[in-house]
Amino acid sequence: MGKLQGRAFIFKDNVDTDQIYPGRYLELTDPKAIAAHAMEGADPAFPEKVRPGDIIVAGKNFGCGSSREHAVIALKEAGVGAVLALSFGRIFYRNAINLGLPAIRLAEAPKAAEGDLLTIDLEEGTIALPDGGILSFAPFPPEIRKIIQGGGIIPLVKSEQLG
Amino acid sequence: MGMTIAEKILAAHAGKARVVPGELITAKVDLVLGNDITAPVAIKEFERLGVETVFDRDRIALVPDHFVPNKDIKAAEQARLMREFARKHQITHYFEVGQMGIEHCLLPEQGLVAPGELIIGADSHTCTYGALGAFATGVGSTDMAAAMATGELWFKVPASMKFVFHGEPKPWVGGKDLILHIIGDIGVDGATYMAMEFAGEGIAALSMDGRFTMCNMAIEAGGKAGIIAPDAKTIAYVKERVDREYEIYESDKDAAYALVKEYDLATIEPLVAFPHKPENTRPISQVGHVPIDQAVIGSCTNGRMEDLRIAAKILEGRKVDPRVRLIVIPGTQAIYLEAMEEGLIKTFIEAGGVVSTPTCGPCLGGYMGILAAGERCVSTTNRNFVGRMGHPQSEVYLANPAVAAASAIAGRLASPEEILG
Repeated sequence: MGKLQGRAFIFKDNVDTDQIYPGRYLELTDPKAIAAHAMEGADPAFPEKVRPGDIIVAGKNFGCGSSREHAVIALKEAGVGAVLALSFGRIFYRNAINLGLPAIRLAEAPKAAEGDLLTIDLEEGTIALPDGGILSFAPFPPEIRKIIQGGGIIPLVKSEQLG
Repeated sequence: MGMTIAEKILAAHAGKARVVPGELITAKVDLVLGNDITAPVAIKEFERLGVETVFDRDRIALVPDHFVPNKDIKAAEQARLMREFARKHQITHYFEVGQMGIEHCLLPEQGLVAPGELIIGADSHTCTYGALGAFATGVGSTDMAAAMATGELWFKVPASMKFVFHGEPKPWVGGKDLILHIIGDIGVDGATYMAMEFAGEGIAALSMDGRFTMCNMAIEAGGKAGIIAPDAKTIAYVKERVDREYEIYESDKDAAYALVKEYDLATIEPLVAFPHKPENTRPISQVGHVPIDQAVIGSCTNGRMEDLRIAAKILEGRKVDPRVRLIVIPGTQAIYLEAMEEGLIKTFIEAGGVVSTPTCGPCLGGYMGILAAGERCVSTTNRNFVGRMGHPQSEVYLANPAVAAASAIAGRLASPEEILG
């Protein structure tokens, strides 16, 4: 787990999984097709604007609602490198970790505007902000670090429980 | 220090004498659930694991209910993928169209859930089964895949919150109103990561159907589980359906809670949650003039017998406003049949409503009642998020079946008392 760098996309509180991935697309299974609708309910232009490594910066309760893993698949396939939020819906958080997408809980909102370049150090638990400031967060505990480093829970289950 | 019912169930399934909130445990699960939109993703992940067989073909439930009967070709492909997996692994509890129902109405009815059990489901409303004194929680498809292979999963032990209801409910107040009252009070993230325990004489007085409705919407406050300690009503419900051994757990008197809330039922009237969050609740007496285009009565929240009986009581001998489409969806085939035998289906049709085969359909904007831009729907479902039932500019108002039926007749949000006089 090293450093991640990307542009910030700012979202408000309570962005639910129906906004991250609307229910009408739940019949899609191809990750690329799923990614074409990422964040559509909150910002229809997001799939066109997002570039690999970009970072979602949200308020509280990001990903509340449905258990649909399509929400995480959509963000990951669209190239989102990490999601920063003041808090997360529990199932979304678990899905993100299980698929190896860093979901980072912050104590305060970062001083960043749409498009600002952020650098996240997952080991140190820091975010370098455009104004030179540093925002700290609690680094992942060893159990979660192991899942993210392994690229998600499936490779880990395969090697540890079924190996 | 004692333990809560949630902690006791998790400890028992982790082979431990006790667990404490925040602890990470690996626990054996009694049942793994998936549906036609989450299981296909899980099946692909399961195949990546490279295992030959599932951990126990009797402990997996696969229910096509979201987009089934197949709404289009893509939905048909998803349903087929799940059906073929069920056949290949000889899954005992696969429910084909004709047997299937809305998963969270179906599983308790079929005796697949018992007190004290640990159930995970790749559907956020899996928390419904807490009404039977089980610990049941929603997970994603990847977790479902891992659990189908190993029969166990990692859990963070949640802290518990207790919500106590005192007194007698006012007329037309049901489980839906009690849970909306809590969500309106603590907010849509008020119980994030928590087990929500419901107690008090107000809960004891609720029917099992009302208790399922309450636990169903624990997730709408961010809860990991909703849970009610089993009592005589629970045992009577389970006795008719479950023939295996099960454990009854209840919280110790000195168990620790992160929060205890006490509510007086005398102050609670039927509630409506306005767009676009379940926490935006208003008493029915204060909703103002809100014309509606559609009313939906059904779903894993309110698609059970008691719900249909209440709706029929109001619709009996009356007509739905000509500007309103009323869609009634019984939760399972057994409920459908019982409603037919009681004459409820006739009442709905004579009132001008349509009755659908069991499906989640409109609740998540799938099919069977999608909203156009600017349309408003009063619905007994569980979520009123932006675009939940269709166009991003449509609106969903969450209510109990009595309010939904009364509103269908009035053509606007209305209380049952306005209709019945």
